[in-house]
Amino acid sequence: MRYERPQTIQDATALLAGAEAKSYVLAGGTDLLVRMQSDDFEADLIVDIKAIAGMDQITEVEDGFVIGAGVPCAALAENAALVAAWPGVVEAANLIGSTQIQGRCTVVGNLCNASPAADSVPALVASNARVRIAGPSGQREVDILDVPVSPGKTSLKKGEFIEAVVLPKGAAHLGDAYLRFIPRTEMDIAVVGVGVHLALDDAGAISSARVALGAVGPKVVLSQEAADTLVGTKLEDAALEALATACSDASNPIDDKRGTVAFRKQVAGVLARRAAQTAYTRAGGK
Amino acid sequence: MSFDAAYQDQKLKSVGTRPLRPDGVDKVTGRARYGADFNMPGQLVARILRSPHAHARIKSIDTNRAEAVKGVKAIITAADLPDLTNGDAGTYAILDNCMAREKAMYDGHAVAAVAAIDEHAARKALKFIEVEYEVLPHVTDVDAAMEDDAPLVKDDVFTTGVEPAPTKPSNIANRAEFGHGDVEKGFGAADVIVERSYKTEQTHQGYIEPHACVANCNSDGSAELWVCTQGHFVYRQNCADLLGLEVSKLRVTSSEIGGGFGGKTHVWAEPVALALSRKAGRPVKLVMSREEVFRASGPTSATSIDVRIGATKDGKITAAEATLRYASGPYADMWAELGAMTSFACYDLENVKTVGLEILVNRPKTTAYRAPSAPMAAFAVESAIDELAHKIDMDAVDFRIKNAASEGTKSSYGPVYGPIGIGPTLRAAKEHPHMSAPLGKNQGRGMACGFWFNFGGQTCTDLNVNADGTVTLAVGTVDVGGSRASLSLIAAEELGIEYQDIKAVIADTATLGYNDMTDGSRGTFSTSMATISAARNAITVMRERAALTWDIPVEDVYWEDGHAHAAGAKHDNRAPLSVKELAAEAGNTGGPIAGHSELVADGAGVSFATHICDIEVDPETGSSRVVRYTVIQDAGKAVHPSYVEGQYQGGAAQGIGWALNEEYIYGEDGRLQNPGFLDYRIPVCSDLPMIDTQILEIPNPNHPYGVRGVGETSIVPPLAAIANAVSNAVGVRMAHIPISPPRILAALTDAADG
Repeated sequence: MRYERPQTIQDATALLAGAEAKSYVLAGGTDLLVRMQSDDFEADLIVDIKAIAGMDQITEVEDGFVIGAGVPCAALAENAALVAAWPGVVEAANLIGSTQIQGRCTVVGNLCNASPAADSVPALVASNARVRIAGPSGQREVDILDVPVSPGKTSLKKGEFIEAVVLPKGAAHLGDAYLRFIPRTEMDIAVVGVGVHLALDDAGAISSARVALGAVGPKVVLSQEAADTLVGTKLEDAALEALATACSDASNPIDDKRGTVAFRKQVAGVLARRAAQTAYTRAGGK
Repeated sequence: MSFDAAYQDQKLKSVGTRPLRPDGVDKVTGRARYGADFNMPGQLVARILRSPHAHARIKSIDTNRAEAVKGVKAIITAADLPDLTNGDAGTYAILDNCMAREKAMYDGHAVAAVAAIDEHAARKALKFIEVEYEVLPHVTDVDAAMEDDAPLVKDDVFTTGVEPAPTKPSNIANRAEFGHGDVEKGFGAADVIVERSYKTEQTHQGYIEPHACVANCNSDGSAELWVCTQGHFVYRQNCADLLGLEVSKLRVTSSEIGGGFGGKTHVWAEPVALALSRKAGRPVKLVMSREEVFRASGPTSATSIDVRIGATKDGKITAAEATLRYASGPYADMWAELGAMTSFACYDLENVKTVGLEILVNRPKTTAYRAPSAPMAAFAVESAIDELAHKIDMDAVDFRIKNAASEGTKSSYGPVYGPIGIGPTLRAAKEHPHMSAPLGKNQGRGMACGFWFNFGGQTCTDLNVNADGTVTLAVGTVDVGGSRASLSLIAAEELGIEYQDIKAVIADTATLGYNDMTDGSRGTFSTSMATISAARNAITVMRERAALTWDIPVEDVYWEDGHAHAAGAKHDNRAPLSVKELAAEAGNTGGPIAGHSELVADGAGVSFATHICDIEVDPETGSSRVVRYTVIQDAGKAVHPSYVEGQYQGGAAQGIGWALNEEYIYGEDGRLQNPGFLDYRIPVCSDLPMIDTQILEIPNPNHPYGVRGVGETSIVPPLAAIANAVSNAVGVRMAHIPISPPRILAALTDAADG
């Protein structure tokens, strides 16, 4: 197995494109290093992208934030502008693992690990974030939603890696929130996760909504039906009930060691209700 | 020299204080050496190939390709561990568990092992070992295993303990019955009867340190083993028996231990490491991964228990009955029997009957877990007791006090009790401020009692007075819970010197006589007895030395406050001699000063505890949080109160995890789904409140200071205390442990649907 630490994006994509068999991108390593302990793990090439300029930067631009692929989740919480704009995304990223893990792990890693239970992914999907993908033939941008395909599998092509996440910046009256269910208080993995992003009009009514669900299907679910229950409302009880029902209906989970179908569907609704209330308050709704 | 173990009420100076433990700094700075921290020159790395099937006949194993892998030095299968057990079923079970012989009995069962120059070569070789399996039908659930058409785990097991002896093989390996009186007559006299079935899932001890050892077999038949264990003398015997070694030629040294809780009371992979070393002619290091620990070591039984209890309206229990089915993995033991013995031990009952059924399943070999079998029985019985108290509208504590066993009670498992602590712990619970504290929204309070036998056993101890007057105490019981600190306090107390002047060490098997292992809450109880005896023997020697120094009869020398004193008016001009002074002159008065002791510590006093617990449940998600927890337990005498409290808190923490989230989850294919700490959920720090403790001291009449074992009882009540608290919080009786969020939410949904 070969370990490479390229200095440029071009070198990194060239290495990945030229790899003969299995290759992995290393950033925080909190998933990869654990997998490397397994007897079944095999790799020919590990490409560490942390030495590439910009990978460890959060850059505020006119219409958003660009978060480098090597930025640890803990660093998101230390960026005041990002916390003010996207508290839900930052909270989600800082629910992963433990304090020590958060010092290394990255949202891009969380995304590319392609676990349906990834905490930061529903929050990012709700935020309408995009990713900047570097490849042998140049750069492209896609919606976060289109990166994970199924458990452990992404839409990235050979030679490609994600160099940054791009979060938009919007007008006033925006709010987001993420909640997950775990049986413990920390050091756990989501049994259900819900990200909600709301925009309000000047009268305090919801003008647009995005609702994303984690761990209730083979990949993150963006539910238009759930969003529709909220638009035009001021989050009255009836709207919350309709949201909960829509989220339960949009969930298509399995019975497994982490929870049952019935539990996940029911809790998806409960968490959606609670997350929507937080997002609404953050957006200035009363 | 005879030793009087009878309790003497006396003022103690060192015992009962809280000095720092001698092993603490090394442990928190990473200097302490655990199982995997030892290395030998030229050592090889061992890896084990494990069955992916829950139940399969091993038709053939071809190791040729694996042996050809560069760096591979030895490969073994069951053929390299011939059966030397002479029909001893217990030893055979350990042998078969170490390396599958004819059949793989569970997912993770070892089938072959490799020793190679590095991990890479060992891993590669594992992939090239070709095992041909004939997959057989399997059964992993305790109730399913009892059904008539269940696959047979073993076709040569016939239920023992029933008359006439069955002619058909069965997964029910044994039936054991306890009790007295006439239960049917008792139920006839009851005004109210509660009857319910309970289930508990299988849990692992969850020790943080995986099994690890370094084995070295020499060509002259001698061998060494460095190993993480609760009992190196027991491991020596196990390994010698299984490998055909002379016990005297196998020297076993115990490492520091990162938790055992019963899981390190017999060998798992150590004979494999020795066999690999014997074949390769080099030292072999074997360290299990966490996945291997879960799949192939240590779990306790999954259970299915029926309880029936009757009482009069004024709160007198008239009859109690329980049938307890305990899964034991593929090898029968006495887990159900222990459950049947402990289930009603807290109560004074006229009519009681318990039946324990030992059930074979295709799961890992069950082994001891802290008060083995008692927590599940207590869960079922204490849940029913609580429900019965509600039904007759009596306070749950008062109901238990009214029926509690006391001195002179004939216990449900036979013996008549001496002075015991169940009544006092219950009365302390009633008076505890926790009991009357107000509860918040969605909160419920539960309480429960627990019992454990405790054990004494064989102990051999050396106490050497060094030339500078300090003392080295060499003991053969592994320190799993701070016993070096406690034993140093005991030696300081007897000798009358400072705690800091005692250094307790765990001696290896070549330097002390046989010691039973640290189990049955016996470590401090039994070894403190031997330490007291050894100290008294050393004092006898020192009195003789003083008599020699002063040239007076030894009868005129007495020992007090760490000094030899000359007694009587005719010797009153002599200044007392300290240990330091006597030690300094030892070379001129007869040589080194030492005290030795070997004894069987009889009379380990039984132990009782009462726990109180408040839980808050989120009714929308089934999430629960323990908001307050109190442990009240009888310690006899707390030698080092901080470590007694640590035992109380540790047992409660493990019990809380068991009650709420921990469980082995098997797929339809009979494979373990969650062999890791991510999905096998032991509590993390933030899951638990500070666990409050109250130590009661009801002296054990059979120990000079009144000490009782304290290590295990604390895990017995939590399952029931939590179940009662959750049931009281949500208004639905929770009868299936773990009471995980999906189970709570399902119960609430069912109740709402009516």
